Amino acid sequence: MKADPRGVLTGIHFLDGDHACCEGALAAGARFAAGYPITPSTEIVERFAARVPTVGGSFIQMEDELAASITLQGAVWGGAKAFTVTSGPGFSLMMEHIGYAAMTETPCVFVDVQRGGPSTGLPTLPAQADMMQARWGSHGDYEIIALTPNSPQECFDLTIRAFNLAEEFRVPVMFMMDEVVGHMTEKVVIPRAEDIEVTPRRHTRKSVEDYLPYGTNGDMVPEMAHAGEGYKFHVTGLTHDEHGYPNMTAPMQDKLVRRLQEKIRAGADRIAMCEEANLDDADVVVVSYGITSRVAQRAIDLARARGLRVGKLRLIAVWPFPDQRIRDLAGHIKALVVPELNLGQMVREVERAAAGQAKTYAVPHAGGGVHRPEDILKVIVEASR
Amino acid sequence: MSDLVNPVEPFLRTDRMPHIWCPGCGIGTTVNCFARALIESKIDLESLALVSGIGCTGRVAGYVKLDSFHTTHGRAIPFATGLKLANPKLNVVVYSGDGDLSAIGGNHLIHAARRNIDLKVICVNNLIYAMTGGQTAPTTPGHAITSTAPYGAYEPAFNLPHLVEAAGAVYVARWTTFHVRQLARSIAEAFKKKGFSFIEVISPCPTLYQRRNKLGDGLDTMKYYKDKSRVRNGAPTGEVDLTMTGEIVVGKFVDRDRPDYQTLMRAQLSESLGERFVEQTEMVCS
Amino acid sequence: MVERCKACGFCVEFCPTKVLALSSAFNSKGYHPPHVVNPEKCSGCDLCGMYCPDFAIYGTRTSVAGAKEKEKDNEG
Repeated sequence: MKADPRGVLTGIHFLDGDHACCEGALAAGARFAAGYPITPSTEIVERFAARVPTVGGSFIQMEDELAASITLQGAVWGGAKAFTVTSGPGFSLMMEHIGYAAMTETPCVFVDVQRGGPSTGLPTLPAQADMMQARWGSHGDYEIIALTPNSPQECFDLTIRAFNLAEEFRVPVMFMMDEVVGHMTEKVVIPRAEDIEVTPRRHTRKSVEDYLPYGTNGDMVPEMAHAGEGYKFHVTGLTHDEHGYPNMTAPMQDKLVRRLQEKIRAGADRIAMCEEANLDDADVVVVSYGITSRVAQRAIDLARARGLRVGKLRLIAVWPFPDQRIRDLAGHIKALVVPELNLGQMVREVERAAAGQAKTYAVPHAGGGVHRPEDILKVIVEASR
Repeated sequence: MSDLVNPVEPFLRTDRMPHIWCPGCGIGTTVNCFARALIESKIDLESLALVSGIGCTGRVAGYVKLDSFHTTHGRAIPFATGLKLANPKLNVVVYSGDGDLSAIGGNHLIHAARRNIDLKVICVNNLIYAMTGGQTAPTTPGHAITSTAPYGAYEPAFNLPHLVEAAGAVYVARWTTFHVRQLARSIAEAFKKKGFSFIEVISPCPTLYQRRNKLGDGLDTMKYYKDKSRVRNGAPTGEVDLTMTGEIVVGKFVDRDRPDYQTLMRAQLSESLGERFVEQTEMVCS
Repeated sequence: MVERCKACGFCVEFCPTKVLALSSAFNSKGYHPPHVVNPEKCSGCDLCGMYCPDFAIYGTRTSVAGAKEKEKDNEG
């Protein structure tokens, strides 16, 4: 369906990534946010606090991230599209509730504007070191979707995609920005509402008698109902059956947890998103995401200017990891080069997916700044040998 | 002929009976009082949502036939806050235990009271962490034996009515599971109140708290409640501390009026924004 | 529900007119559920129903000739 025009700030703007993300959320139909201040994400909810009372919705600053991450879920079950924003230390605090959202299949968006870590780390400087945490941070077996924008424009566009994927798959979506993308200011074009596709809530049309909160119609994603509509359903974080009732047995665990995993994996094609260039004749492919991809582009251009056959694969949907794409690519190239603002996280996935068909080179960076193009170029040159 | 249906049956998920609570546990008793309060208040069950945390009392959510949410440990109140803000027409009840609400959930308890969020909180206080095997809770009285205080507890215990009153609650009452009629009445009164209402119910945990402290079974405890409770409506909450075998002050302690969170929000935003303020009517997205 | 009863004794103890006593019968869990010993004394006050933690008993007023009766749920 089309976006609600009340939330769409159509026009050409000069915004930083944080502000653009907020506009993306509003355009996607988000009318509730619960937040807690943490640099460098705070501007997203500051803007939301200013905008949403003029659009129709609410924002509440909660007392900590533990509260924010569950308050937004209460709002979802009350009928809203909702999100929260944070950075490393807050992301860690939110992990239990990300698991709760995955287990109860609560559609929502968690924005992590990554900064240097671990612990308090570098509050005002970038890193990309929460990537594995986004996937594995909560306990137990579950799947999430994660997107990595690399510009303020993408912070707008991909936030809408994040909300849409959350609704389609009834899953928490991790929106993995970084401090540079969040704080860089660029042109952001916000289209008209009728040009923005928004995925509606998967609301059941069944009668009260027939509705099963966690029953599926064969596509692995159950339909939702909201509190106050007369369905009188039960939601629990305990392992549960189709009624939503606790059923703590090994067979039910197997059935439930596998479905939570399968519903995402089966949708991998619809979730997958990347940007590719010059792969046809490439010997070496640079795989990157977020702000690093912009530095990598410079390194690729420099390498091409030297006659090296280098291609680009920019990951936009990072989780579920595009195993198949990497595997296929690795079959006919010499090497993959993976620069990231961490000491080696997504490179592990790349190497795993490459399955030994091509060599994988990491270009780590502990964070606090971005790579210099020369650092990435050096490794491209080595990989091309 | 008489109506052969137990008045509480329509409120129960009878397909999930029997429940998991022990013989002599008082949680079921509180559910009876809750059901009767709902009947008396003529609350529309379709616009009632119940949120619980983790623990024995947290299991209430799974047994009541309402839109019910069994959330994470300590976080029923913020979840309930989100529900209420997204759909202000909902009557939102938080039904949880003393450990869940005042230990891990303590921060959220005081902030919701401070904000005066329109929630009705029923806190079943069995003075222990029951579900996990009887560990010390912030409400465990001094000298009581628990599994993590095997030689007797020595931490001062929370006085919950005092805590929530100080934080800003508009309705504060304490009863025991002996005081069934008063409890039902308090719950009904809380439904008429706008703002943060907190009703503490002292309840037996015969399997752990009472047994380890040689205080008898559920019935013995109920007799203790009957003998040693003293109704002092309006008592200063600073004077209602509990001990292991001493007097239990019960009653309606606080019943005052303060604007609730949403009233305050609406007032501030419309004052500052004037016509630009778009009152959120419904967030329901479909 | 006789089967729900866990013989906690609340209803027996707190019935204001001592209508109930624990029986010597067993339910399938091995508990002695209460039985009515003084039916004429039941006022239908339903305190038993409010006390019962297991939702196994309730009291109700019947309108037959003003007599009051306590009902024991005895479906399985």
